[in-house]
Amino acid sequence: MVSSSRSERTGTDPLRPADHADASDASAAAAIAQPKLGMIGWLRWGWRQLTSMRTALVLLLLLAIAAIPGSIVPQRTADPNGVLQYKTDNPGLFPVLDGLQLFDVYSSVWFSAIYILLFISLIGCVIPRTKHHFNALRARPPRTPARLSRLDDHTEVDRVMSEGVDADAAAVAAVELAQAQLRKAGYRVERYDTPATAKRPATASVSAERGYARETGNLVFHAALVGVLISVGVGGGLTYTGQTVIVEGDSFVNSLGLGYTSFNPGRFVDTNALPPYSLTLDSFDVSYVPVGAAGQGQAGDFAANLTTREPGHDPQQQTVRVNHPVDMAGDRVYLMGNGYAPTITVRNPAGEVVLHEDVEFLPQGATMTSLGVVKIPDGLSQQVGLVGFFYPTAAKLHTGALTSWYPALGNPVLTLDVYTGDLGINDGTPRNVYALDVSGMTQLTGRSINVPSLELAPGQTVDLPDGLGTITFEDATASGAREQVKRYVSLSIHRDVGAPWVLGFAIIALSGLLAALFIPRRRMWVKATPGDGVVHLEYAGLARGEDPAIAVALAEIVRDHGAAMDAAGTVGSPVGDDAASAAGAAAR
Amino acid sequence: MPDGLSLDEISRLLVWTAVAIYALAFIAYAIDLGRRSDLAIQQRDAVRERELVGAVAGVSAAASTSLGSALDEMRAEQTAAKAELEAPLARRTRYLWARIGTSLTVLGFLFHVGGDVLRGIAAGRVPWSNMYEFALTGTMLIMAVYLVVLFKYDLRFLGTFITGLVVVLLGGTVLWFYTAVVPLSDPLKSVWLVIHVFVASLSTALFALAFALSVLQLMQARRERLAVAAIAAPVDDAGSPGPRRGPRALRFLRTLPSADVLESLAYRFTIIGFIFWTFTLIAGSIWANDAWGRYWGFDTKEVWTFVIWVLYAGYIHARATRGWRGTRSAWLSIIGFAAVMFNFTIVNMFFKGLHVYSGLN
Repeated sequence: MVSSSRSERTGTDPLRPADHADASDASAAAAIAQPKLGMIGWLRWGWRQLTSMRTALVLLLLLAIAAIPGSIVPQRTADPNGVLQYKTDNPGLFPVLDGLQLFDVYSSVWFSAIYILLFISLIGCVIPRTKHHFNALRARPPRTPARLSRLDDHTEVDRVMSEGVDADAAAVAAVELAQAQLRKAGYRVERYDTPATAKRPATASVSAERGYARETGNLVFHAALVGVLISVGVGGGLTYTGQTVIVEGDSFVNSLGLGYTSFNPGRFVDTNALPPYSLTLDSFDVSYVPVGAAGQGQAGDFAANLTTREPGHDPQQQTVRVNHPVDMAGDRVYLMGNGYAPTITVRNPAGEVVLHEDVEFLPQGATMTSLGVVKIPDGLSQQVGLVGFFYPTAAKLHTGALTSWYPALGNPVLTLDVYTGDLGINDGTPRNVYALDVSGMTQLTGRSINVPSLELAPGQTVDLPDGLGTITFEDATASGAREQVKRYVSLSIHRDVGAPWVLGFAIIALSGLLAALFIPRRRMWVKATPGDGVVHLEYAGLARGEDPAIAVALAEIVRDHGAAMDAAGTVGSPVGDDAASAAGAAAR
Repeated sequence: MPDGLSLDEISRLLVWTAVAIYALAFIAYAIDLGRRSDLAIQQRDAVRERELVGAVAGVSAAASTSLGSALDEMRAEQTAAKAELEAPLARRTRYLWARIGTSLTVLGFLFHVGGDVLRGIAAGRVPWSNMYEFALTGTMLIMAVYLVVLFKYDLRFLGTFITGLVVVLLGGTVLWFYTAVVPLSDPLKSVWLVIHVFVASLSTALFALAFALSVLQLMQARRERLAVAAIAAPVDDAGSPGPRRGPRALRFLRTLPSADVLESLAYRFTIIGFIFWTFTLIAGSIWANDAWGRYWGFDTKEVWTFVIWVLYAGYIHARATRGWRGTRSAWLSIIGFAAVMFNFTIVNMFFKGLHVYSGLN
């Protein structure tokens, strides 16, 4: 549908790479007929290759293909546990894939190479085009071609003058009407009248062009993509992400040493200058779909009710919900998870408290059967480790094992297996607080050694085996809590200064794209040639790039111009059926 | 419920009815394509008869002229088909079976909308928050876009493809993806669920139309190539006229516009779809930033959304690259839609990621 004629290029055309479908043949020919190349010549050749449409296209397709492995193999950034699992499952394959950076696809050398080349190609293409377009924006529409009838979209109309009307003046009047009409329709217009010569009569014509915003949009789109990339890159260096866990009643202080369970700062983050604030978890709300309803036990309406404190401000009550993070001094606080934190007290045989803690148990499923670990390095005769399950609503399976069948606190039960021996923390090796390495330890209770596990309900105290002491599952309501067992939330704290910029550039890119794809760039010409008692009118349109509607646009111009001339009454009247047939031809 | 049927069950009944009606529409459209090619052949025979009369009357008709006229004939057919494509509603050719097909499609669509709306009422929210529901709504949008486009272009020759695709997708959905109504999980309680997912489904519908047109474009381009090749090739002894015949099933190509016209139309649908897809990407990032604390994390679904975006960006580039217009860019459109379908089915069901909202086990 592109009806561009390659011979009539002017300086107002968008500058395209040599292999652009709309580029002039001359530039394509220049790209092929190269003389012997020197160093500069080769560089120039290489640059031209890199900034060609074909290279950009191939790089785009490579980018699409290169992104796919990251959706098949687990990625360290998105799914670190998946990577560990993969290593366990495929010990032979893992080092090979890791060597190929398949667990870090999006920061890998090969993926980076593709997008960096793509962006260099893009910048190399966009800069000269921008310069060229800047000039084109100030240029006048091109001279009216001598033979408009050679264009695909072309219509002719003759108008008969009434007696005594000067055809020359009528021709000028017709073109003036067309000029006003085209300008009103958003065209940039320029008059090109030619005086009479020996062979030809004088002609009046208007040349009009519109849709410069198409190329502007195109350039804005590509430049905005560069903006997105830079924002992501620079923003990434200034971004930090940290995780923390707060039990009801406890507080988090925004400081690297005090608050975070894990922290990932970008390259340029000053970790000593985090904004000072603190968060206290007053309570955590959740609702569960009642028993018997569809989706029984499904949890929802999570809400962490916080008291937030900033220096120089009064404490504030704020609520973090899923989809609704809280803003704190430029950080955003997200609710990522929740669970139960039973309060456990351990006493030695003398009755002295050696441990009193809210222990965070990790949920293992929708019914909140949760797994937790207690480590008692000091105070008892040996180091003691406890591994256990917490069942919010416990029920006995026919095998005798316990399970939880509902996530709320219906019948809370805590079971614990006791291990004694070396906890493996004496030498300072950092250990996961949520896991117990039992390799150097002796198991004293549990199903696997046929000694019943310790089993406690809130408020109960039982003896530890071997006279080690006692353990109490505290009823939290006794100390003023709302429920028998406290809850905890895991929060994620992010600072991302790049994000608003990325969004801004993305929106600019989208607007640019809209202009580049939907605003037609086209030229229109109206030429009037006076004859003997008639004015011969020619209308022609030329699409610059995709323009499915040019024929319709031309037909509208012909129709409106005819109406304007009829109304003005200075340009005679249409000849017989010509106007009708012309309109029909234009609307084809 | 006094009648023993819940809203959701009525919704399923309506959807099954829609599938059945679409299947009938598919048959009607298929008959239409078959009859259209018969019509085309009759017209051609009529033309040949006239030529024959001309030859008897003493006008020399060399074999080469006959070959040339075969090409001209194809061009004329295509020009007529293009006029038909762009004809306003009132002036369209009244193909009986196509009219039956379209009427059935509209009827099926009404049931489809009814089923979808009832599901939404039963669930008390927008009906696109698990795999079953967005398949329901996505196919409905494919149909809606097809029916709306019919007002502007006579694309009834795509009827078999569209109804066939929807029968398979919708039938499969009700059979395998059905999920009972459960309350929305917390991350989905967002205004972006309404916007992001709906716009994504809408662009899928547009890509589907573009895909069908690209496939036809390839078939038509092959036919045009063969016709031109037949002229270049030396005439055999028998002097048999006309380009080599394609298989009978492809004769309906004679009633379609040229590959160029099909390509241009496919491009128009694709760029609208691409705009929606870009919006989907941005809206999804805004939502992800609220729900997951980052706007982009190369989650599997994000990766595939990105891959599809890049593929269609490649298609738009290819359309502007010398040597890539036509057949090659059509292949990109086809690959792009294959990725869309892959993203919707395989990625939803088998890939691990944060977009775990299929509701399937």
